[in-house]
Amino acid sequence: MDKILRIDMGAKGGPKMTESPLGEYAGLGGRAMTSSIISSEVPPLCHALGQDNKLVIAPGLLTGSAAVMSGRLSIGCKSPLTGTIKESNSGGQAGIAMARYGYAAIVLEGNPEGSDLYKIVINNKGVSIQVDNSLKMLTNYDLIEKMKGEFGEKIACISIGPAGEMKMGAASIAVTDMELRPSRHAGRGGVGAVMGSKGVKVIVFDTTGLKMRQPKEPEKFREANKKFTEGLKSHPVTGKGLPAYGTSVLTNILNEAGGYPTRNFKTGAFEGASAISGETYADLETKRGGLATHGCHTGCVIQCSGTYVDKNGKFISKQPEYETVWAHGGNCGISDPDAIARIDFLDDTYGLDTIEMGVAIGVAMDAGVIQFGDAEGAIRLVNEVGKGTPLGRILGSGAEVTGKAFGVERIPVVKHQSMPAYDPRAVQGMGVTYATSTMGADHTAGYAVTANILKVGGFVDPLKPDGQIELSRNLQIATAAIDSTGMCLFIAFAVLDQPETFQALIDLLNSYYGLSLTADDVSALGKKILTIERNFNMRAGFTAQHDRLPAYFSKMPLPPHNVTFQVKDEDLDKVFNF
Amino acid sequence: MSVSSAKIKIFLKLFASLRLDRFDTAYREYDSGTSVAGVIRIEGLPEKEVTLMLVNGRHVECDHTLADGDTLALFPPLGGG
Repeated sequence: MDKILRIDMGAKGGPKMTESPLGEYAGLGGRAMTSSIISSEVPPLCHALGQDNKLVIAPGLLTGSAAVMSGRLSIGCKSPLTGTIKESNSGGQAGIAMARYGYAAIVLEGNPEGSDLYKIVINNKGVSIQVDNSLKMLTNYDLIEKMKGEFGEKIACISIGPAGEMKMGAASIAVTDMELRPSRHAGRGGVGAVMGSKGVKVIVFDTTGLKMRQPKEPEKFREANKKFTEGLKSHPVTGKGLPAYGTSVLTNILNEAGGYPTRNFKTGAFEGASAISGETYADLETKRGGLATHGCHTGCVIQCSGTYVDKNGKFISKQPEYETVWAHGGNCGISDPDAIARIDFLDDTYGLDTIEMGVAIGVAMDAGVIQFGDAEGAIRLVNEVGKGTPLGRILGSGAEVTGKAFGVERIPVVKHQSMPAYDPRAVQGMGVTYATSTMGADHTAGYAVTANILKVGGFVDPLKPDGQIELSRNLQIATAAIDSTGMCLFIAFAVLDQPETFQALIDLLNSYYGLSLTADDVSALGKKILTIERNFNMRAGFTAQHDRLPAYFSKMPLPPHNVTFQVKDEDLDKVFNF
Repeated sequence: MSVSSAKIKIFLKLFASLRLDRFDTAYREYDSGTSVAGVIRIEGLPEKEVTLMLVNGRHVECDHTLADGDTLALFPPLGGG
C-alpha cells in the first residue's frame, strides 16, 4: 500500500485520475487515513454534498495481509447527516482487494456536472472510469448481478443503491462479501449520499491473481498471527458465543438488564425479545438449512455472521445483526424474525443504514404514521424509501428529519445521528459515548457495553454515572486505534481481557512494518486520531453544547429501573482531557 | 416451620449455551438463603461458564442471596454489537 488514487469527478472534460505516493499520509491506515485526509483537505464548513467534500476509502494497516480478522475498510467524508467528520467502517472483500492493488486510499473528489452515473473498474490493466447510465437506480443486489455478468465472479465491489443516488442522510455504501452479496455496509452517517454526489455507482475490483501483502519480518509475523488466532479462539466470546449465536446474542441480556430500547426508547424491556434473540435466529437458521456460523471476509476466525433463509429454505438475507434486529424489531415493537430479515434485505439492497432506518420508522410510529408492531407497514415504509416517494424521502433523511416532519419530541439522536441499541439511561457509559463521540451517536466509537453489561474488561455499574467518563474515554481511544489497523472491532473482547492477545496484535503491526511500537504508542495513535477529528468538528461549528444527549433522557425515567441519564455536563466535557 | 426450611420461589432464566439440554425458563423452589452460586450448583450448571448473573435486571455476584419472587437470569460470556 504505497500509493493514493485520486479521482476528480468534477474535472473539466470528465473524470481525471492521478496516482501519487503517500507523502504526508505515510504510515496511516483505515480511520487514521480517512480522518487525516478529510481534516487536512476538506473545508469543514463545506456542504457535505458539494464539490469540496471528498470521499476517502482506506483499508487498514494490515488489510490484505495474512493477519486474521484484518479485512475491514474505512470510508470517510464530512457527513451529510451529522455535519461532523465521519468514518464508517465495513467488512466484506473489497478492502482486501484494494490493499493488494497497493492503494492505501482511494479519494473521490469534486462533483460531476450533469446527471451521468459512473462505474470505476480496477484490474491488472489499470483503472478505468466509465459512464454507465444503465445502472441508474439499480438496487445493490441487481447491480452486483449485472457486474457479475459483465466481469465474472472474481470481483469485489463497493456500491450504492437508490438511496445513495437520491443522496439520503441514511444512505450506506455496500461492500460485497465472500458470496458476492452486497451485504456488508459502511452504514452510518450518509456516506452513500456522498458517493452519490460524486456520481459514482460502483467500484469494481477484479480479484484475479491478486497476491497477499507480505510482512517485513515473516517469521515474527507468522508467530504473532498464530498467537493472535489462539487468543481469539480461546476467549469465550470470540471463540464460542459470537460464532454460535451471532451478534444478536446480545438481545436477551440487554433486555434482561432493562437497557433494550423499546418502542422508540420508551421502555428498556421488550416482551417480544425472545422471539428475535440470537438464540432464536441461530435455531431457525439451523432448522431451516441456513447457516448460523459464517464470516464476512476471508481470514475471519470469529465467524459471527450467517445466512438466514425462510421456512422453505430460500435466502432472505444474511443473518441480520443485533443492531438491525433491534432497530427494526424491539424499537418498532416488532417480534417477527422473518419480517426483520426481509427489512434487512431491503435496507441492504436500497443501500440504507439499518440503524438510522429502524429509528426513523420508530419515530414515525410514535407519530402515528403506522402503529408499533406493524411489520407489514414497516416493510411498506422501507419500500417507500427505496422508491423515493415524498414520505420515503423524509424517512430516508433519518430519524431527526422524520421527527421534525411529524412533530415528535422524543427523537433519540446526537449530532443528528440516531442512537443504536442501548438506552443511555440504563447503559450510562454508552450515553457518554453517544454524547461525546466525534461521529454523533455511535455505539462502535466506544463500546461501554463491555464493562457496563458484559463484564469484559472489568465492571462499571450501568445504572450509575460513576466511572463512565473514564470508561468511555479509554474505549474511544482504543477504538480509534483499532479502526486504523483493518482489524474487526470484535477482537476487542479478547484483547481487553487477555494481555497476551493485545501483545500479539502489536507484534503483528511491528513485524509487518518492521516497527517497535508499544502499547503506549497504540494509545497515542488513538488520541491523535480523536484530536484530529475533534479539531475538524470544532472548525465545522461544533461546541461542548453539542456533546449532549437530548434533554428528555435526563428528564423522563426509563422503566423498568426508572432511571434517567445521570452523567453531569461538566463531566462530559472532560472525556477528551488526555 | 423454621426459617431454614422455608422455601423461596425463583423464576430462573437460562440463555445461550446454558440452555442446551436444559430449559429456557422455569419456576424453581430453593431453600431460603440460597445464593446464586447455590442455584448454579443445584441445577448442575457449569460453574466456570456462568459469568453473567442478573437478579431482577441488576448484575450480582455469585454470593448474592436470593429472595422469594426474584427473577434470576444466567448467561455465559457474551459479546457482539
